[in-house]
This record gives sequence, C-alpha cells and structure tokens, in this order.
Amino acid sequence: MKLHINGKEMEVGRELAEKRLVEFLREDLGLTGAKNACDIGACGACTILIDNEPLKICMKRVKDAEGRRVLTIEGMAAPDGTLHPLQQAFVESGAIQCGFCTPGMVLTAHALLLRNPLATREEIRKAINGNLCRCTGYQQIIDAIQKAAFHYQRQPCEQKHEIAAAAN
Amino acid sequence: MTKLESKGWRNDAYAKVTGKAKYTDDLKFSNLLHAAPVYSDFVHAKIESIITEDAENYSGVVRVLTARDVPGANHCGQIVQDYRIFADDKIRYHGDVVAMVVAESRDIAIRASRLVRVEATPLPAVLDPEQAMEPNTVLVHTNHGSNILNTHRIRRGNVEQGFREAAFIIEEKFQTQFVEHAYMEPEVAVCVPRADGVIEVYGSMQHPFSTRRFTSACLGVALSEIEVVGVPMGGGFGGKDDTAAIVCARTALAAKLLNRPVKMMYRREWSIRESYKRHPYRIYYKMGVTREGKITAMQCRIIADAGAYCSVTPWVTWRSTVQCCGPYQVENAQCDTYGVYTNNVVTGAMRGFGSPQMNFAMEQMVEIAAGKAGLSGIEFRRRNMVRQGSLTITGQRLDGHKVAMEQVLEAVLGEMDYEAKLTRCSFGKSDSNELYGIGLAMSYRGVSLGAEGVDFCAAIINAQADGSILLETGIHENGQGAESALLLICARELGVDISRIRYRRASTSNIPDSGTTVASRGTIMGGGAVTLAAQELKHKIAGALCEKLQCRAEDVRFKDNCILGKTDREKISFDDAMQAMFQSQRFPYAFGVFKAPRVTWDEHTGQGNAYFTWVYGCQAVELTVNKKTGKVKLLNAAAAHDVGKAIHPEMVKGQFFGGMAMGTGFGLHEEIKLKDGKITNLNFNTYRIPRAVDLPEMKAILIENPDPISPSGAKSIGEPANEIMAPAIANAIYHATGQRHFSLPIRVAGAAEEAPEEVCGP
Repeated sequence: MKLHINGKEMEVGRELAEKRLVEFLREDLGLTGAKNACDIGACGACTILIDNEPLKICMKRVKDAEGRRVLTIEGMAAPDGTLHPLQQAFVESGAIQCGFCTPGMVLTAHALLLRNPLATREEIRKAINGNLCRCTGYQQIIDAIQKAAFHYQRQPCEQKHEIAAAAN
Repeated sequence: MTKLESKGWRNDAYAKVTGKAKYTDDLKFSNLLHAAPVYSDFVHAKIESIITEDAENYSGVVRVLTARDVPGANHCGQIVQDYRIFADDKIRYHGDVVAMVVAESRDIAIRASRLVRVEATPLPAVLDPEQAMEPNTVLVHTNHGSNILNTHRIRRGNVEQGFREAAFIIEEKFQTQFVEHAYMEPEVAVCVPRADGVIEVYGSMQHPFSTRRFTSACLGVALSEIEVVGVPMGGGFGGKDDTAAIVCARTALAAKLLNRPVKMMYRREWSIRESYKRHPYRIYYKMGVTREGKITAMQCRIIADAGAYCSVTPWVTWRSTVQCCGPYQVENAQCDTYGVYTNNVVTGAMRGFGSPQMNFAMEQMVEIAAGKAGLSGIEFRRRNMVRQGSLTITGQRLDGHKVAMEQVLEAVLGEMDYEAKLTRCSFGKSDSNELYGIGLAMSYRGVSLGAEGVDFCAAIINAQADGSILLETGIHENGQGAESALLLICARELGVDISRIRYRRASTSNIPDSGTTVASRGTIMGGGAVTLAAQELKHKIAGALCEKLQCRAEDVRFKDNCILGKTDREKISFDDAMQAMFQSQRFPYAFGVFKAPRVTWDEHTGQGNAYFTWVYGCQAVELTVNKKTGKVKLLNAAAAHDVGKAIHPEMVKGQFFGGMAMGTGFGLHEEIKLKDGKITNLNFNTYRIPRAVDLPEMKAILIENPDPISPSGAKSIGEPANEIMAPAIANAIYHATGQRHFSLPIRVAGAAEEAPEEVCGP
C-alpha cells in the first residue's frame, strides 16, 4: 500500500489496512498531533487533511488514505521549523490555550483558506463548526484565520506551490 | 517590551501549534501495560461479590484489581474521605468503579472489563435532593447519619423587619442543571515505577499535589514516594481534580503492584459517566423592595445536589452562600444552604464554583424587582450595588482596593450603547419573525480560596552563572497560560528579556505544595510568589554588587538586562553580574512565598471578611428569538472585568472569550441528562457544547486597577468571565419575548430540543 504523508511517500504492508488511521499515525509514525478525544467523529481533535480536505480520522482506517495525499499538523511548518503563516497567526492572535484542538483547527482552517482565501468571519465559523474548542470561545481562532487569509490571497501561486511541494 | 513579549507569545505556543507538544497519551514508554475501569449497571446497591475470574483468565490480562488490592486507604477526598478508589461496601452512583483490568493492550483491557460481574442487592435510589433531605429517605452514606452533607448560613440584620419595610415582596424559585466540563482531553494517567522505588505519575490533572496526596494514601506510602510530573494538559476548568487524581491513583496502584509502567486512557463515555459535574441548584429567593427601589431584605434557600460523594461541595456551596445576594448592599439577609447527597453523578468544582447558579437567579431577581419599582434594571442596580466602602452581606467592608462596580457597568453600557438599544427591544411584539432583546448581568467575586482553605504559594528563581534563569512555581499549567504569565512577571520584575528564562518542568518533588491551581488564583498567588522571589533575588544581587556600582544597595536598579548604579554609567551586564555572584560564592537563587492575607469566617452567623480582595465584572448580550421556533441567536456580546493588572492582555482576552462561551453553553445548550440515575448523553454528539456558529462576536474590555494587596497587581479572570453570561442571556430573552425563564438551560416556548450531532460514518 502506498501512502503519501506530509510530502513523503511510503510503502506499508497490507496487514495495516484495517488499523485505525489515527492509531497508525500516532503509534507507528509518532505523529501525535492528531488527538483521540471522542472516538466517534464528533469533536474534530483528530482532524487531518486528505487531498486538502479535512477529515476526522478516529473512525477511519489506514486503507482510507491509500494513494491519497495526507497532511498532518507535523507537515505544516517548513522543514527548518519556520511556522506556516497560518500557524504564526494562531500564535500571534492568542488563539492557543490548552492546545488540544489546535492541530485539527489549524488544518481545517488551512483547507478553508486554500479553497476560499476571501472567507468571511461567518464562513470561517461554518468551516470550523465541526472542531470543538472549550477554551477560547473561537474568537481569537477566527481572528487568526482572518489574519492569515491575507497570505493565501497575496501569494496564491506560491502558496499552492508550497502546499503541492509539501504534499507530493 | 522585548521581542518575545510580542502579542500572543506563550512559552508553549510553538509546541502546540506544530503538534509537537506531548500530552500524556502522546508519551512513549516501553513495556507498557494498559488499564481500563469496570463499572456496574447499578445506581444504588449493596455489593455482595465482584467476580473477576473470567476477566483474569482472558488472554492478555495481567491482573484485575478491586478494593481488596488497595494496600493503603481505599477512601479518599479533599474534605471528607468518602470517595472510593474502588467501590467496596456499596455502589452509590452509576459511575462508581468496582474494578480495574490491567492487560497487555488497551483493547484487551476493555474487552476483558466486560467479563467482570457484580452481584449486588439493589437499594432504592435517592435521585431528588429535596426528597433526600426528608427524614425517612434511604441514606446514601449510612455512617454520615443524614443525606444532608453540609450546611452554611448567613444571619445579618433582621429579615422580618426588612420585609415589613418593603413595598413589594418578590418570591421566585430557580433551578439549574448538571453541567459537564467537557475538557477536550479526557482523563489519562501513565505511572512509571522507578528503580529507586518512587512512582512517577504523568497525567492530565490540574492538581499535582492533591493527586500526590490521593496516590500516596491509596498506596500507603509517604508523599516523597510519589512524584507527579507536569505535562501539557488539554483543559481542566475545575474538572480535573478529584476524578483525575483517582484515575492517577488507580494507575499508580497497578504500576506499583505489577512493577511495570501502566497507562489508563479514558474513553469519553467513561469520562462523562464517572467525572464530577457542576452542581444543579434549586434556589428559593424572597426579596423585599421599597417603592424607591431599595432592597430591604433578602431571604435565600439553596439546595445543591452533591451526588454520591462529598468532593468539594462544602466549599462550592460556601461561595454560593457568601455571594448569594449578588453585588448588592442588603442590610437584612438570611441564607440557608444545603449540600445534599444523592445517587446522582458526583458534583464538584467547575469554573465559577457555585457562583454561576446564584448569578443566574439573582441577576434576574434584580430585574424583576426593578420592574415592580418602575425602574430600569440599570437604575435599580445603581441604587443597590456595592461601592467603595460598602459592607457585603457577610459584614466585610470593601476597601483597600478599588470597588469597580460602576466602572465595569459604565464600560459595558457605553460599548453596547445599551440604554438606547433597550428601548428597541421587542417584549414579545414584532412585525417580523424575530424578536429582539438586549440584556446584561453583573457580579462581584471573592478572589482565590477565601475562608475555604489554606492559601499560600511558592516560587523559585534560580539564576545560572551565564545569566540564564530557571523559574518554577507551585502553580500548574492547565492550558490557560499560567507558565507564560509567571515568566512575564519574572522578566519584568528583574528587568531582563524573557528569552533568558525557562520554566522548569513542574514536579511535586521540586517545589512545596502550593495548593490547587483553581479559584482563579494562578496569577494572583503564583504572580505574588514570583514577584516576592524576584525582589529577594534583586536584594541579594544588589548587596553583592553595590560596591562595584559605587552606590548603596537600595540604589541599585535592574533594567534592560543590566544592573545599574545611581546613574547609567555604573553598569554591569546581567551575565557578568551572575558570574560575579558565583565567583564570590553567592548563589543568585531566591525562594519567594506569597501568603494570602488573613480572612475570617463565623460559621454560625455567616459573618466575616470572607475574601482578601474582590473583582467586579459586567457582561451584556444582544440576541434575537424566533417567534415560531423559539430559536435564540446571539448577535453580539461584550464584557468588562476589573483584572487588577493585565499581565498578558491577549491571554486575558482569551479568558474573557472562553468564559463567555462556556457561560453561553450553561445558559442555552448544555445539560447532562440523567434517567433513573444514569447519564444518557455520554459523548459530544449528544452533549452539545457551543460551536463556532453558536457564538457571537465578543468584545473584551480590560479594566485595570492594580490591587495593592497583590504583589504583581494582578487579580483574577478565569471564573469571573464565566459566571454572568447565562443571566445576561436570560435578561435579553426577557426583553425580547416578555417571558422569564427560571431554569437552565433556557428553552424558549416552541424551541425543539437540540438534535444530536451527525457523526461521521465508520
């Protein structure tokens, strides 16, 4: 089975096909940014991007990612550790408290801004509606996403190139 | 401001936004065993036997533990030791744990947990707190002699006289619901036996020191035999105290007995089933008011459902009692408060700690009274609210700090253009389908623990020979940013860049027990200790270097990473200064202790200086109510709180918004539902916390009146922000519909119950 995870291609055995995708990422690859919090796809803490669409993976299997481009929170920053502008905006806006929802929230926002860099606050609210946060009241998260949107608007070509580079 | 202090900086932000932060379940250990709790389906029953053989024989199971295996105390608790590590004599609620299966994998532990059988004789379940108080009701705890767990009272002035002087008497009953904390990270613990015999505890808990107490008592070992280590934690909100500590204690027990690392990671359903909730209250109010709109007397009866065990019910209900009349001057006040055992889910600490329930009721009472007196709610509040030098209902004079009630009220009225909007409210009449309303609520709140308990906190600043600094305190990082706030206080006090300072990994073996990181006390108590430690360190450095700086020790200044004499010409860099300290055999090390000023309390009269200082807040909200469906839509909200001093404004705002969101859930969405003592909504598809579309744009107004009693000037914000949103919503709904709502969550007539969320398919 071929998997593309955070820009790296890897071959994994068929015996892993039925393993829960979230456990595969966390246990086999050490990518613990996706969290277990409800196990029924109701909270969004396990969200990753598959082909740039957010997916809650606590009930998905490894085979669901076969041949598709997977982006986890660990793949967002540059290889030298420089934060992606969206991550930087989360930090600067005070959008992070306990941080448990943060990986899923950042990835859901990333998918939205790739699709719609002109998203209004109302559209942002709708996009992140499946990602629960108990700490922030979402206000500064929405501020952060709006702040970062500028980057997606300004450099659509470069941005797409970056994402393509990360995922291929 | 240094570069790193820029907006939003936190010491853990990079780790959290990159997914690198390692929470308890993310840590790796070799040779790890996994544990799972076992529940029974009883609500109240006498245990006859717990049959574990089938589970023990299941392939991969290492051991099944029950109360018999506890070498130390099986009973624990912060006030009354009635909480069980494992149920022994009886099952007292549906979340009681009878056994724990330890296995080679979590799946095996969970599968085998279903094979444990409990034989028990059912007893009548006590599910209504007022019935529980009746003399002939079955007792939840026979040895307590009554289902009334605790009482508090206030006797001030003469309420009979006060009611005689009143032109109007208002009597109302209010009711609130069970509420789940809904921290995103469920309870989890990993316990690791060390070669020297010490058990290390990694866990999601907001009280490392009480976790250590619970664990050492359960294992029957000294406090020094347990080391609780701080790891990033996915939210607490008051909810990761008793239950989280017991999860750690059980896991530690398995690690000790089996001499292997053990992890117990809770499923959400276990977490909601077992963990304590916010107390449901029944509140009976009687208020006397003169024709001029002056409150003459208040009588209050509060019944709090404590559920099956004590937890911190006596402390929660004490705060409710002290604050039962809201921020108003009432010369004649009487209050009788009861915490009552039932067989419902345990209740305990949750953000607000007994105030959100009271404010929901009281802030509607004042508006009802205003209506009777023909005054606006604002004018009525102004005629009765506390001001500089006022006496509270417990006889405490509010002075020594700025009483900012008027200031926060003015700020919100101005921000919202409140009084103009009030005239546009629908009061049930509208040409369109949407009814419009605006409403507000205000409160005052005693800071920190008050007469609930011992209140002091330690900090250690340990500067190194190269000028770098290590800070640690007895305050725990729950996700709120405590470490970052304390680092900022330290950097500012020492006049150095924050990049020099690292927060040392917290451990109960490093620093004295400084109490719980609860009661919105982290910044005021921890910040006080850091400030005092920094002052002590500066004193040591000044004494050592003043000669070199050609001035007296008291003239030495700390600024811009330098230590300066009388003028800027006499100057030593902080790096060189620390090296000089070491060369002259002086450690640049300081230990600071902030002790809360004395508080007093007379349990018989309910009089005393209950808290050493107070904070003041006001919140308002605009909304519409759909005439046909009853659906409430929030349009806009604003809050003003006196925080003393905002150490980190962006994080303070985060506390405002998060508190307002949680208050919105309390007001409109959330309710743990019990059927015959069993919770029916055990996950986020059926227990609905506010989502992004449920919330309005929110505005935070930071009022700063540094408190002379607080060494850093800071006071509190975590809980104040959470305690007045529900009554603001209730008042706005009244202004929209003309209908009062006396119970929570508010369901406007016509509104369908919120449907379960759709979840993604398998």
